[in-house]
Amino acid sequence: MNAVLRLLVLGVLGALGLTLAWAMLTLPPPALRVGAQVAARLGASGVRHPVTAVLLNFRGYDTLLEVAVLLLALLGVLAVSRPVPASGLRAGAAPQALLQSLARLVAPLMVLVAGYLLWAGSHQPGGAFQAGAVLAAMAVLLYLAGLMPAWNEPGLALRAALTGGFLLFLALAALVPGRGPLLAYPAGQAGLLILAIEAGLTLSLGLLLAGLFLWLPDEREEAEE
Amino acid sequence: MNSAWIFAMAGTALFVGGIAGLLLQEHLLRKIIAFNIMGSGAFLALLGLGQRDGLTDPVPQAMVLTGIVVALASTALALALARRLLNLTGRMRLPPKAPDD
Repeated sequence: MNAVLRLLVLGVLGALGLTLAWAMLTLPPPALRVGAQVAARLGASGVRHPVTAVLLNFRGYDTLLEVAVLLLALLGVLAVSRPVPASGLRAGAAPQALLQSLARLVAPLMVLVAGYLLWAGSHQPGGAFQAGAVLAAMAVLLYLAGLMPAWNEPGLALRAALTGGFLLFLALAALVPGRGPLLAYPAGQAGLLILAIEAGLTLSLGLLLAGLFLWLPDEREEAEE
Repeated sequence: MNSAWIFAMAGTALFVGGIAGLLLQEHLLRKIIAFNIMGSGAFLALLGLGQRDGLTDPVPQAMVLTGIVVALASTALALALARRLLNLTGRMRLPPKAPDD
């Protein structure tokens, strides 16, 4: 890409940036206060934290589709991954005793923290995605310390666990309201349903996010080519 | 002018900088990083505009949480594809077009 084309692209992007800034600065004040509407109906949502209520009750459809998008990304990663040789432990790294003892000590604590984050999501920042991320970080830590091999082609149990959270969410969204609209939780049971959905999502998301790392095409493949 | 406008302007600057990096850089890893910067800029602008009248609004915060997770998944997919391209061609750049295409 020669210098003239570069300057042209930079010029167009600078103009775009200035246009966006001008458009933002001349926005009229917001016509409706969504935050006030959320606060008014927070009592009936089943949780006490407004962001969790928005994520899993008021805009639950977005969260449902978000998990579906994550599963699609995992499908893409699985499609380009290669089978791992028999001893899939991380090659080329001499086992370091201090790192491995630390990883062995910290991994159960991370499971505990994930469980706390899942429960705390109802009244503080927390919830299923944060807990799933901590579980995935635990799996990646175990792999990097050389305690767990990279994952191979997933079997039926792993596939069921990966999709189980999404299917549980879909089932509770479609079957519980009966003939009503999707995701209309019955009043009084919303808190319990949200906790059940979040628990299923935590397990599935922990496996999914760990799989996004552990199924990446591995560096040892270059030695095979 | 409260702090929300600083977030919105910084988000816009990051977004435009990310587009510039995505278009002008040729190394695939740098393109992926520029794509992430674009996403972070968009989130920052969304959050800044959400509180421009001084009240906190949980709906843009929830939307940005969703966006961060989806950006993470798309980055993982992009990295998997880039790694596969590295295995196949040995270079971390897109292959040049053949002259007779």
